Amino acid sequence: MKKIRTSQELDSLRNSLLQQRDPNKPCVRVCLGTGCRARGSADVMTSFKDGIERQGLEIQVGCKQTGCHGFCERGPVIVIGPREIFYQKVKSSDVPEIVSKTLLNGEVVDRLLYIDPTGQKALYEHEVPFYKKQIRLVLANNGRIDPTNILDYIVIGGYQALARAITTMSCEEIIDTIEKSGLRGLGGGGFPTGRKWRLCKEAYGEVKFVIGNGDEGDPGAFSDRSLMEANPHSILEGMMIGAYAIGSNQGYLYVRAEYPLALKTLQTAIDQAREYGFLEKNIFNSGFDFDIKINRGGGAFVCGESSALMASIEGKMGEPRAKYIHTVERGLWNQPTNLNNVKTWANVPLIINNGADWYAKIGTEKSKGTGVFSLVGKVNNIGLVEIQMGTSLKTIINDIGGGITGGKKFKAVQTGGPSGGCIPEELLDLPVDFERLTEAGSMMGSGGMIVMDEDTCMIDVARYFLDFLQNESCGKCVPCREGIKRMLEVVTKITKGQADEEDLELLQDLARIVKDFSLCGLGQTAPNSVLSTLMYFRDEYDAHIRDKKCPAGICKDLITYVILEDKCTGCSACLKLCPQQAIDAYGLIHTIDSAKCIRCGVCRDACPFEAIVAK
Amino acid sequence: MAGRASKYNKVDEIIKGHSYEKSALIMILQEIENLYGYLPAWALKHASEKLNVPMIQVYGVASFYDAFHLTPRGKHLIRVCLGTACYLRGSPRVLEAVEKELGIKDGETTSDRTFSLQSVHCVGACALAPVMVVGERYFDKMTPTKVRSFLKAGAG
Amino acid sequence: MVNLIIDGVKVQAEEGSTILEVAMFYGISIPTLCHHDELTPYGACRLCMVEVEDGRRIRLVASCLYPVREGIKVKTHSERVIKGRKLILELLLARCPNSKTLQDLASKMGLEQIRFNMENEDCILCGLCVRMCAEQMGSGAIGFVGRGQKREVATPFHMASEICRNCGACMYICPAIDLQCRGVKSPGELCNSCLVITPQCIEKYDQVMCTLESCGACVEKEGK
Repeated sequence: MKKIRTSQELDSLRNSLLQQRDPNKPCVRVCLGTGCRARGSADVMTSFKDGIERQGLEIQVGCKQTGCHGFCERGPVIVIGPREIFYQKVKSSDVPEIVSKTLLNGEVVDRLLYIDPTGQKALYEHEVPFYKKQIRLVLANNGRIDPTNILDYIVIGGYQALARAITTMSCEEIIDTIEKSGLRGLGGGGFPTGRKWRLCKEAYGEVKFVIGNGDEGDPGAFSDRSLMEANPHSILEGMMIGAYAIGSNQGYLYVRAEYPLALKTLQTAIDQAREYGFLEKNIFNSGFDFDIKINRGGGAFVCGESSALMASIEGKMGEPRAKYIHTVERGLWNQPTNLNNVKTWANVPLIINNGADWYAKIGTEKSKGTGVFSLVGKVNNIGLVEIQMGTSLKTIINDIGGGITGGKKFKAVQTGGPSGGCIPEELLDLPVDFERLTEAGSMMGSGGMIVMDEDTCMIDVARYFLDFLQNESCGKCVPCREGIKRMLEVVTKITKGQADEEDLELLQDLARIVKDFSLCGLGQTAPNSVLSTLMYFRDEYDAHIRDKKCPAGICKDLITYVILEDKCTGCSACLKLCPQQAIDAYGLIHTIDSAKCIRCGVCRDACPFEAIVAK
Repeated sequence: MAGRASKYNKVDEIIKGHSYEKSALIMILQEIENLYGYLPAWALKHASEKLNVPMIQVYGVASFYDAFHLTPRGKHLIRVCLGTACYLRGSPRVLEAVEKELGIKDGETTSDRTFSLQSVHCVGACALAPVMVVGERYFDKMTPTKVRSFLKAGAG
Repeated sequence: MVNLIIDGVKVQAEEGSTILEVAMFYGISIPTLCHHDELTPYGACRLCMVEVEDGRRIRLVASCLYPVREGIKVKTHSERVIKGRKLILELLLARCPNSKTLQDLASKMGLEQIRFNMENEDCILCGLCVRMCAEQMGSGAIGFVGRGQKREVATPFHMASEICRNCGACMYICPAIDLQCRGVKSPGELCNSCLVITPQCIEKYDQVMCTLESCGACVEKEGK
């Protein structure tokens, strides 16, 4: 393979690829992202390949693997081009029919179409309500290209931005463009990316580094995972452009070990980029050398924090350090280092190709461009959502998310991961952007958006996040290590109905000091779950403390399980499973002896008639 | 003697594969853990020598990250996700069911070393909540009932 | 040279020095636990936090690490800072109630009660011994091990060290292995018989006014 050395060579490669490919040839694109794979999409892919080969149809129809399409709730997902017909919940057994009907004859297999709650069918991908209101820029090509084939990336215009930046723009022009675009860090901090690059460029140091943060430790967030699996080259290209502008020759991609597919895909992409001369000495004959290494995380949420991440790359324990001198001045091995989230890097080629003004027109005044969110929890359409900054929570949860599952009532949406807060119903019209989320007591974070319904106890949610953070704290500084522990003790007391008003005061004192005195962002944002739930769900705290009740029916010590007489059919499914033999049957009527009951919930799960409820 | 030499050779190969770079310590330890199912003391000492990294640093790193274990684990690793999305859909009850069926607690290994149980916080497959991963297989929408039938069937 | 204001006093400092260094030079006393002049600063105990106003905003920083900058205004004993120090001490004492060092600090700050369940640890995890062993003794026989609640100072494999020279420097530098306090009489209560001070200037001026360590002349001694 001859390496690409000029932008003309890149253009002619792209043109020859375009000529070789027939845009009208029916082609099925199968999602092999982690979510769909877990539901058997790899088998679906194999069935397509085998089926097409066996029938000798390679010239007439094609099949291609892609990364995550984003609509994980409906996986396995496939799209058939060129019409872009969207099939969901596809099984291997459906494949022969799809091949003969849709691929060969353009007929639709009705039962595989998406049907919305009103009964309306969607034929094409863009008709599916989940996708309709999204503006997909960063995720645009997620379901269109084969992430293991660099040629797919080149054919859609990949590496053009790199060519333009390196051969026609100066470093100053590139940084200027990124600054003017208004791009902000999409890993949580929201720091203006252009300014960060400029500070790193100006920092004193011969050797500089760039890092792509793919650690994504927030439970419930998988936007980084999807991007790394589906469009790895967009991240690489962004890093190359940034490194050129800043003056760095070595990049690192830090990916958590829990994402094996992302790791594999990124390594393949790096190998191919090297083959084609994009990661190389003297890229595009410009005198610029650059290479990227992948570092696997060892399993620690705190390593999402930039100084801890760098310690981890250096082969040490992931302990953060005070950042009075920023990592752009002294980072990896004390050299100037520019760290950005992988989503941020993926925005860079788009901005170079389309211009700063194009990007700045999208979004709100202070938050430009789009935000990528993992919409999960008690919402009908679970998946990856990309929207213009400024879109309201209501639009995201109802129009795109399809509303709450089981027809239940919305209670809160938690954003920003464990460092974020819970936003209640009265703020559903909130336009989503960095400032508004922070003002509401939460934050953008890495884009996790967890929807909660009436069956969620907000004190239990606060307890959950404190427990998580206590376990993930590195333990170096006193407020975080001891403070979170004691906050957790108080909140646990509340869930057990053992707390009083003084405990609430103590909780607030602790929250203030953990927030103000902790060494790093983990500790500083740890109290957010408590503070935001106290702000918006004070009545629930009061119920637990004063009335010793859990209105949502979750806290074990404050509820009793009751069998509803009018629903119980006497099937005894519950009786057989109760570990405490706490269920008695008097003929058809079953009752629970609450003195023996340990509130394990096994009976409630087992009842086929939903006759057991928590009161 | 051959057996002893060959186990050090295996670790040497791993270290060589990372060009003896000190900064690759975490990845080197991960590969050693993949090989033996845990981090044996002799392997840590050998890595410290070959990489010229202080033993206390190697031990500190081995004790800090979730990927590393200093005691042997079971043949099959069962991971139950307790990430927020899975938690809200009842994954703690799935964890309890596994604990009950296998007779071990979260983080422990069965006495016959067949199974190890580990709760994790998010594997990035939230649409499948509650998620359970056994080896490399993902199981979606797990319930205590499904757990019981899966484990009774011998876990495949 | 850098010009800054500490507790209302205009001072000059060499570029690159930390607020703590400057404060100590001018005789302004800031409490510390994990700090030692001869060892690299660590910033873990958070007792030395001070308020810094840098023209744009007011933030809390660890004075042992924060490099002085031109024109900053520092308050070493503002109400916010004192409240925080008290709670940090309370958290530490709940972990290590028998440490005389902690008890003395508590008395000076007027901490009278621990509102948390008490434990009985000896180590405050300040890391002085680790840094002493590595930096001054050139050994590195001990270090931090484990994460979060499991964090402790240990040798590799928790076994007798092969490189420890029994110099005793770790014991020398340890602030907790000091004269053992007689012990807490009942859980949650501190006897405070070493020293009791409640400065009056805090209410009036929102900070301690004398820049030298409290001489106690202005205060009432509450006898016990």
